[in-house]
Amino acid sequence: MMNNSGASAAGSSSGSGEGSAPRRNFKRPKYSRFTQQELPACKPILTPQWVISVFTLVGIIFVPIGVISLMASHDVVEIVDRYDSACIPRNMAKDKVAYIQNAAINKTCNRTLKVLKNMDQPIYVYYQLDNFYQNHRRYVKSRNDAQLRSADEASETSGCDPERTTAGGAPIVPCGLIAWSLFNDTYSFKRGNENVMVNKKGISWKSDRDHKFGKDVYPKNFQNGALIGGAKLDPNKSLSEQEDLIVWMRTAALPTFRKLYGKIEVNLKANDTITVTLENNYNTYSFNGKKKLVLSTTSWLGGKNDFLGIAYLTVGGLCFFLATAFTVVYLVKPRKLGDPSYLSWNRSPLGY
Amino acid sequence: MARTGRIREKLRWSKIYTFSCIRPTGSMTADASPSLSLPGPGHSRVVRCNQPHAHRRNPLNYPSNYISTTKYNIVTFLPKAIFEQFRRVANLYFLLAACLSVTSISPFSPVSMIAPLAFVVGLSMAKEALEDWRRFVQDMKVNIRKAIVHKGNGRFGNKFWHKIRVGDVVKVEKNQFFPADLLLLSSSYEDGICYVETMNLDGETNLKVKRSLEVTLPLEDDQSFNDFSATIQCEDPNSSLYTFVGNLEYERQVYALDPSQILLRDSKLRNTSYIYGVVIFTGHDTKVMQNATESPSKRSRIEKKMDYIIYILFTVLVLVSLISSIGFAVKTKFEMPEWWYLQPQRVGDSHLYNLSTPGLSGIFHLVTALILYGYLIPISLYVSIEVVKVLQAMFINQDLQMYDEETGNPAQARTSNLNEELGQVDTILSDKTGTLTCNQMDFLKCSIAGFSYGLRSSEVEIAAAKQIASEESGGSVQNGSGIDYWENGGSSCGSSPEIKLEGGITCKIEKARKPMIKGFSFEDDRLMQGNWLSEPDPDVILLFFRILAVCHTAIPELDEETGSFTYEAESPDEGAFLVAAREFGFEFCRRTQTSVFVRERYPSSADPIEREFKILNLLEFNSKRKRMSVVIRDENGQVLLLCKGADSIIFDRLSKNGRMYEVDTSKHLNEYGEAGLRTLALAYRKLEESEYSTWNTDFLKAKTAIGPDREAQLEQASDMIEKELILVGATAVEDKLQKGVPQCIDKLAQAGLKIWVLTGDKMETAINIGFSCSLLRQGMKQICISPVNKDLITQDANKALVLSLVTEQAVKEDIQKQITNASQMIKLETDPHAASALIIDGKALTYALEEDMKQQFLSLAVDCASVICCRVSPKQKALVTRLVKEGTGKVTLAIGDGANDVGMIQEADIGVGISGVEGMQAVMASDFSISQFRYLERLLVVHGHWCYKRIAQMICYFFYKNIAFGLTLFYFEAYTGFSGQSVYDDWYMILFNVILTSLPVISLGVFEQDVSSEVCLQFPALYQQGPKNLFFDWYRIIGWMSNGLYSSLMIFFLNIGIFFTQAFRQGGQTADMAAIGTTMFTCIIWAVNMQISLTMCHFTWIQIVLVCGSIATWYLFLLAYGESSPLISGNAFHILVEALAPSPVFWSVTLLVTAACNLPYLIHISYQRLYNPMDHHVIQEIKYYKKDVEDQCMWTRERSKARSATKIGFTARVDAKIRQLKGKLHMKVSSLSAQTVVLPPSPDVL
Repeated sequence: MMNNSGASAAGSSSGSGEGSAPRRNFKRPKYSRFTQQELPACKPILTPQWVISVFTLVGIIFVPIGVISLMASHDVVEIVDRYDSACIPRNMAKDKVAYIQNAAINKTCNRTLKVLKNMDQPIYVYYQLDNFYQNHRRYVKSRNDAQLRSADEASETSGCDPERTTAGGAPIVPCGLIAWSLFNDTYSFKRGNENVMVNKKGISWKSDRDHKFGKDVYPKNFQNGALIGGAKLDPNKSLSEQEDLIVWMRTAALPTFRKLYGKIEVNLKANDTITVTLENNYNTYSFNGKKKLVLSTTSWLGGKNDFLGIAYLTVGGLCFFLATAFTVVYLVKPRKLGDPSYLSWNRSPLGY
Repeated sequence: MARTGRIREKLRWSKIYTFSCIRPTGSMTADASPSLSLPGPGHSRVVRCNQPHAHRRNPLNYPSNYISTTKYNIVTFLPKAIFEQFRRVANLYFLLAACLSVTSISPFSPVSMIAPLAFVVGLSMAKEALEDWRRFVQDMKVNIRKAIVHKGNGRFGNKFWHKIRVGDVVKVEKNQFFPADLLLLSSSYEDGICYVETMNLDGETNLKVKRSLEVTLPLEDDQSFNDFSATIQCEDPNSSLYTFVGNLEYERQVYALDPSQILLRDSKLRNTSYIYGVVIFTGHDTKVMQNATESPSKRSRIEKKMDYIIYILFTVLVLVSLISSIGFAVKTKFEMPEWWYLQPQRVGDSHLYNLSTPGLSGIFHLVTALILYGYLIPISLYVSIEVVKVLQAMFINQDLQMYDEETGNPAQARTSNLNEELGQVDTILSDKTGTLTCNQMDFLKCSIAGFSYGLRSSEVEIAAAKQIASEESGGSVQNGSGIDYWENGGSSCGSSPEIKLEGGITCKIEKARKPMIKGFSFEDDRLMQGNWLSEPDPDVILLFFRILAVCHTAIPELDEETGSFTYEAESPDEGAFLVAAREFGFEFCRRTQTSVFVRERYPSSADPIEREFKILNLLEFNSKRKRMSVVIRDENGQVLLLCKGADSIIFDRLSKNGRMYEVDTSKHLNEYGEAGLRTLALAYRKLEESEYSTWNTDFLKAKTAIGPDREAQLEQASDMIEKELILVGATAVEDKLQKGVPQCIDKLAQAGLKIWVLTGDKMETAINIGFSCSLLRQGMKQICISPVNKDLITQDANKALVLSLVTEQAVKEDIQKQITNASQMIKLETDPHAASALIIDGKALTYALEEDMKQQFLSLAVDCASVICCRVSPKQKALVTRLVKEGTGKVTLAIGDGANDVGMIQEADIGVGISGVEGMQAVMASDFSISQFRYLERLLVVHGHWCYKRIAQMICYFFYKNIAFGLTLFYFEAYTGFSGQSVYDDWYMILFNVILTSLPVISLGVFEQDVSSEVCLQFPALYQQGPKNLFFDWYRIIGWMSNGLYSSLMIFFLNIGIFFTQAFRQGGQTADMAAIGTTMFTCIIWAVNMQISLTMCHFTWIQIVLVCGSIATWYLFLLAYGESSPLISGNAFHILVEALAPSPVFWSVTLLVTAACNLPYLIHISYQRLYNPMDHHVIQEIKYYKKDVEDQCMWTRERSKARSATKIGFTARVDAKIRQLKGKLHMKVSSLSAQTVVLPPSPDVL
């Protein structure tokens, strides 16, 4: 009797439980390893072996790269000639700006360069400017890519302030400060009496020639204003052929920069003497900028710069040092991994 | 017709009940106060009963019964929510930047500034709106509940709750909630009493008796309200639940009202068919709403600290911008005039580069710079954090191990912005009823005539048995090192299913429990099925059962379906006794005005015999008397006094020959107490007819006495008869804790959390619960703080009511003294194992929470291992929470289930609501809801721990990443004459935070696990990393920031040095800004992604895909961007294909910079891991090498050591017991005399 009542009470309760079961279960979260945060995971831990081998490995990789980079850099032969002050006549040395701004004066200047090591072609001719803020925001923005690209957009000069239009309102092509201030020194080279040709083709990026500077875009109203900035452009040559402009339009990141002028495609021997005849037209005197002519070969890494090699060697060396240091410390005072005595509650009362 | 409702309950309770139900006749009549007005201000409310229309006009126009708990409404939402949003400093800054971005000053396009801001603000506002909408829906659900309201002419009809006005007469039926604060007029009982459950108000579960005024008793059916009219003058709305002052003017007489006539909104009518009442307070005027506090918007500590970091970064930003703008102004003034290629003279209308006003240009530039370096303060951080938190909340919601199969409720993160706060909790403030206990009593054991019956063990005992067993089988008894009793128990106990414990308790590991009968978990064949007749003292046992069946105040209800009786009892204890009696064969089946009928079933006869016991007197239970008795006349005419009560009280009142079983019984009582059971002792007394009748005349005299002495007289009279008792036995009832509560408390204590219990229950109940959930244990010093004995005051008060102020002062001083003494005592304590518990009464708490005392109280409470506050009002709960929160400065978590916990839930740093029980108020106010207390462990120890670490690491990394990126912009400025040109393409910068680096960091914030959830649970000490804030302290934050600074330097200067001026490839081309910028950016992408890989220690395929994907996306983007029209890509056209990819320098720089940037961090973590590992490091290693499998001994040992030294919780109890055992062992060696004490008889032997 008693059992019956107990059982029936229990039965009824469980029955009611089942009755409402479907309603209840719909709130039940679905099981998946994702929602339960039980996805299989890789849980690497940093063992001393790992630490030491990682440092060693970095060292092993970095030091040779550093050495190779340094070697590559040393293979490069580079001749740098600063000519901005040397090309000023003595009588004008005190007023360089007046000299450079006087169109009447002939700015031709001769420089002699000595080749110290054999230079294999192609030898790249660069001009290097100092203290020239091609990266100034006002300067960088002052161009219009649409106009450069197609002849239809010639009147598109937005962003080109303050070199947008002529005084009459005709759009300038190419507009903007960058084009307007195009570098206009020229160089020609002689070895003895023999002319060394400078190839000015192929000094710009191919994509720039093909896609950014239109084949049918010709300079218009360029350098016609009261203020003459830099070089004039041949109005009969399309922009895509004006490689000096294309190179110049790639603004440099730093106030000191080199830009490609051309390529000399003959080998120069050690002790050759090169005579450079240059037109010193570009005004860097206003802002005390230096001008340099650079002849350089390249390695697979590019021009002469030891920095990369040194940096690699430093990091690689540091890693070797660290590997050694960790090894020594590990040997002197090893910690067994997973040693529970390092758990905070097993350590000194200082705890964490 | 209305009369029929009273047929069954045609009982004059006042005849049975002695104290509270007796109406002192003629106490307040016309002579009381001739005028209606009450003294003093604050009593201006006038209610015209049955004239609700009178309350639609001034001056009696009180608010309607409409309630609203929403933060916003349609009109205020936009301004208020937007204000909330822009209270965040960072948002304000972004707003400013967005405003400025439409001017030409901005270095970026407006869309790139406005869109993310709109996204962040919009997302947060949408969240707010959704939450408020939920609140609104909840309010509406309440507002459109229906109540039966008098519509005039004696007709009653349904009305929505929100339409109820002051003055309405309402009829409330059984188990309905009161729609407003009512004055009780009459009930289905003839003498106008009704039972009320106030769980939603104060969490108390026992029913409270309310009674109407005598004069309103005739208003007993619908018709009688036809021309009913009265006026109530009473106090203004206030929050005090236990007071009420007012007058009722009815039929030109004035009657005083007191709280016992007031039915409060949100309490429930129980055991009474219906009541009539008149509405006094509506809507927000009701006491329960007055107790509600506005739900505050909470922010986690990490987020608050993040604000400081934002301030720091903002300072850096302003500093850097100032440097930039000063540099710019100087350059503009002194150098720019010489830069002819910029045509500095032709500035047009722009002030940006104006040579004549370099200062102005500088100021303009400052704004530009502030926007440009805005990458230092990442708006994407907020987006990412929001996303991460939502995903984390999703994981909490989806956790199957926090899903309750029984109620079908999963855990729910209702606000996601506190996830990480869960990992830093220091103090838990818990409600009792419904949170710790399921408010169900189970009759578990009893001691009759000196024998203990009941084989089933309490949860505490089972665990203790497992512990001892595992130690024995393990062979290594360590001091206080328990293994996980709850989980391991099965395996270690498996070999010996029955373990004898000291104290003769047997632990049966039950494979499958029998179907449960609610309230009855007793299991002992010696008593069941009538077997008790063959026990040594069947007479005593019979008496025992009769006391259970007769000595109570419950009403039986026949369950039509099963044919058995259920009982409506005032307290669940009583219900459990009756169920027990029923199961033993003594079924209480009927109660009349004068008698109790019990069906007694004996194995000898098939049919039960129905016996009648005449109830002569009923001496009611109250907390002061701690006992209740009935005087009965049985069928033989014998007059008996049956008594049950607290053991100490009963033992004091035993007669000389009634102490036969005292020694055994008290031993059993101790055992029961230790096992966490609630005990009562049962006794009886045979009364001679003459003796009874003399006493009865005294008693009747006291009963009918008038004046304040009445209660004292009654008590005295009761005292006279309740003596010379004969002990029968004792009962042990398990206050059914919710599943897993002791274990959970234990674990939480081990994790170093402090647990306070705040309950509306009586002190004794609270202490009992404290014992059963291991917050208290034997041997703990209990510091009980309560106001001085009431007797003293009342006696004084008798003489001089004017002295009431003085006594108040005296009480306060007394409490102050109690607190001071207790603090002193704790300070002088030298035993490291000694623990003390603070138990404080609600009344004492009012004084203790006063401004001048609260610090003292708090410091005492903090020194105590556990704190229990009883009889606290909802407001006090909130105040205590605030005191802990503000006084200790630590993170507090409040958990509760009822409306009475709302204040505390809102006040605490984190509020957790228990869902699945009736009443959603707590859940609605909470930040997280779980369906059972035990899920709190997982919520805190697993999710909290993870979320804390994830968010902390994520924020640190975010700052690192943005500093590393943002500062490179600054360095570059120095090379551009501070002109505001960035070296990176605009698109790179936009994508940096949005696509290229966001997903890995989100994956860090969502998926990172330092250790698995099992380990989190096994090593509760790991949780302490959160409260100690090891992952977001300034040391770490500064470290990460320095790392960012270092990385930015490396990235920038290595690139600049390497690309300098020379050709960067064999073709002789030199690098332009686009090439350098792109390479630098590539380096950043690699460096920060490598960094995050080093930071993570848990790689699922998702992380791997996202990290690798980020890097790959960058190259893909570069490729795609390069292929797009040169009008879009500008100088980045074909940059990867043509310029960078063929150049070895590009790749070698990437490698170099990535390595160089991560070197310091790698050194740091290597060093830390090798020589100063943190706990999770070591555990990771143990897991990695599977040492836990190889050396299980070590693993279990460490697990047990990982517990915080705790003085509460089950573990502490076991430890204490082991200490005690060892102490006894010593004693046993020294003197064998202790043996009798140590070896009590085991029931198995008997």
